[in-house]
Amino acid sequence: MTQVSVIGAGVVGLACATAMTEAGHDVTVYDRGEGLGPASCSWWAGGMLAPWCEGESAEEPVERLGAEALDWWAERVDGVARNGSLVVAPARDASDLRRFERRTRNAEKIDAEQIAELEPDLAGRFRQALFFAGEGHLDPRAALAGLRQRLAEAGTRVRYGEDRDPETAPGDVVVDARGFAARSAFDDLRGVKGEMLVLRTAEVALSRPVRLLHPRIPLYIVPRGEGVFMVGATMIESDERDRISARAMMELLGGAYALHPAFAEAEILEIGVDVRPSFPDNLPRLTREGRILRANGAYRHGFLLAPALAAQAAGLVSDPSSQPEFFHEHHRQRRTA
Amino acid sequence: MLKLYDHAVESRLLLGTALYPSPAIMADAVRAARCDIVTVSLRRESGTARAGQDFWGFIRDLGIRVLPNTAGCHTVKEAVTTAQMAREVFGTPWVKLEVINDADTLQPDVFGLVEAARILTKDGFQVFPYCTEDLGVAERLVEAGCEVLMPWGAPIGSARGLNNVYGLRSLRAHFPDIPLIVDAGLGVPSHAAAAMELGYDAVLLNTAVAKAGDPVKMANAFARAVEAGRLAFEADPLEPRDMAAPSTPVLGKAFLE
Repeated sequence: MTQVSVIGAGVVGLACATAMTEAGHDVTVYDRGEGLGPASCSWWAGGMLAPWCEGESAEEPVERLGAEALDWWAERVDGVARNGSLVVAPARDASDLRRFERRTRNAEKIDAEQIAELEPDLAGRFRQALFFAGEGHLDPRAALAGLRQRLAEAGTRVRYGEDRDPETAPGDVVVDARGFAARSAFDDLRGVKGEMLVLRTAEVALSRPVRLLHPRIPLYIVPRGEGVFMVGATMIESDERDRISARAMMELLGGAYALHPAFAEAEILEIGVDVRPSFPDNLPRLTREGRILRANGAYRHGFLLAPALAAQAAGLVSDPSSQPEFFHEHHRQRRTA
Repeated sequence: MLKLYDHAVESRLLLGTALYPSPAIMADAVRAARCDIVTVSLRRESGTARAGQDFWGFIRDLGIRVLPNTAGCHTVKEAVTTAQMAREVFGTPWVKLEVINDADTLQPDVFGLVEAARILTKDGFQVFPYCTEDLGVAERLVEAGCEVLMPWGAPIGSARGLNNVYGLRSLRAHFPDIPLIVDAGLGVPSHAAAAMELGYDAVLLNTAVAKAGDPVKMANAFARAVEAGRLAFEADPLEPRDMAAPSTPVLGKAFLE
């Protein structure tokens, strides 16, 4: 039985631990945080499982591998909603909706009546939308807790409050899933800042994530149940993770308000900001140095790609000679300026 | 060869570096466009200058000349501060100066533009002002020390092409010796070719490539259009005329009707 240490209990770490536990390895997870919480950028994720929407601008593997994520999550945690997702645009940006439709697959163009059927609270607000019936969403915090619970039931320990160094951690294999904290282990991992809000209002109900096409940021609202909504997210080339800007707040709130004016009266429950660990092509990577296997760079696709990344990482543990898709034996060296 | 502030450039296509799906695709597009100059916005959103340096590292790694811009600045003071920050980050006196007036059309504030150009030129900057095709404004900018002018084709990101061909033509005629670069509003390669055929020295664009379905292919398409337009201009194209002009002589031809 291979002894595996996974360092980092964000979505990539917990998914790796899950896949490796399922493969029969003896896994221990270490995380420097005191528990599931805001120290990990997964905590701030939107939780959309929207491979076809993401396909609008993401590389091909995001769509292909992301499509498998819906089943992976639904088989392992409770609360995965498979109600599809909606994409709308303000009337003046109708051409953006046409372009979005042209560049994505598996969408149905629907009219005002069909929008009202799907989301009664959006009745009369948009004349047309794209409906991606096959997509889904989950509450990231509940999903992480669900994975942790499942790991505990399988006898895999998750040890919080332990800041382990991959070099000295025990085990035959060490999986470094520290995300941006592992930055110094790579020469081309960068941060892409994201800002989000959690709002609460009893006046709007949504059954599925709604994206509002916006010229600058991909703005979306994900229902979390009981009147709670996640509004995200900015995409800024910056590794600053300690403040939300007034402009971002304004754009997020402006987007929510444009979707439904009732959001103007919503309570702001949380303001979140963190950075997404990203490689230059915005695709995740697996790299290996001796017994250390690094899984990183999930960018804005943590919940969407963690299952595939974890499956590939587990494959490398079981068969070190395998060459999974995200494996970079010699990851690209960035020239220094 | 085109000279911009005594710097000779081979390529007449300048690309912006914002809005691409990923830095890797941005770099591939810049290579496909074969450009010598890229513009980069010193995003004020990055907060501290240090926070955005990974992305700027990608830009520096391209190994070509950087023209930092003051995109999104609405006042003279903002634009001047951003330009100074850019000089520090990229170590170049070049700056593409944008002072925006209106949030909906992103029209330049030409009064603020002239004022900021004056301040920056005095401070040792070499200013590339994003302006309109207005001759009076252009004259003020040249008086302020600008040795290059960058009139818009159409509002930023609008993909409308050359909105005022007459205005651009008269600007070209008015300033035969100052490098003129059409900046902003181009959507497809034929727009770029049209600007070059008017005798413009270069074009600058970003959204048309970055937001295309295949940015790398579109960069290549623009590179060819710019080259075609320039060749056509140098080849002295025909003026349009009212009557047909047969390419083979009619006289003496056997008519069958």
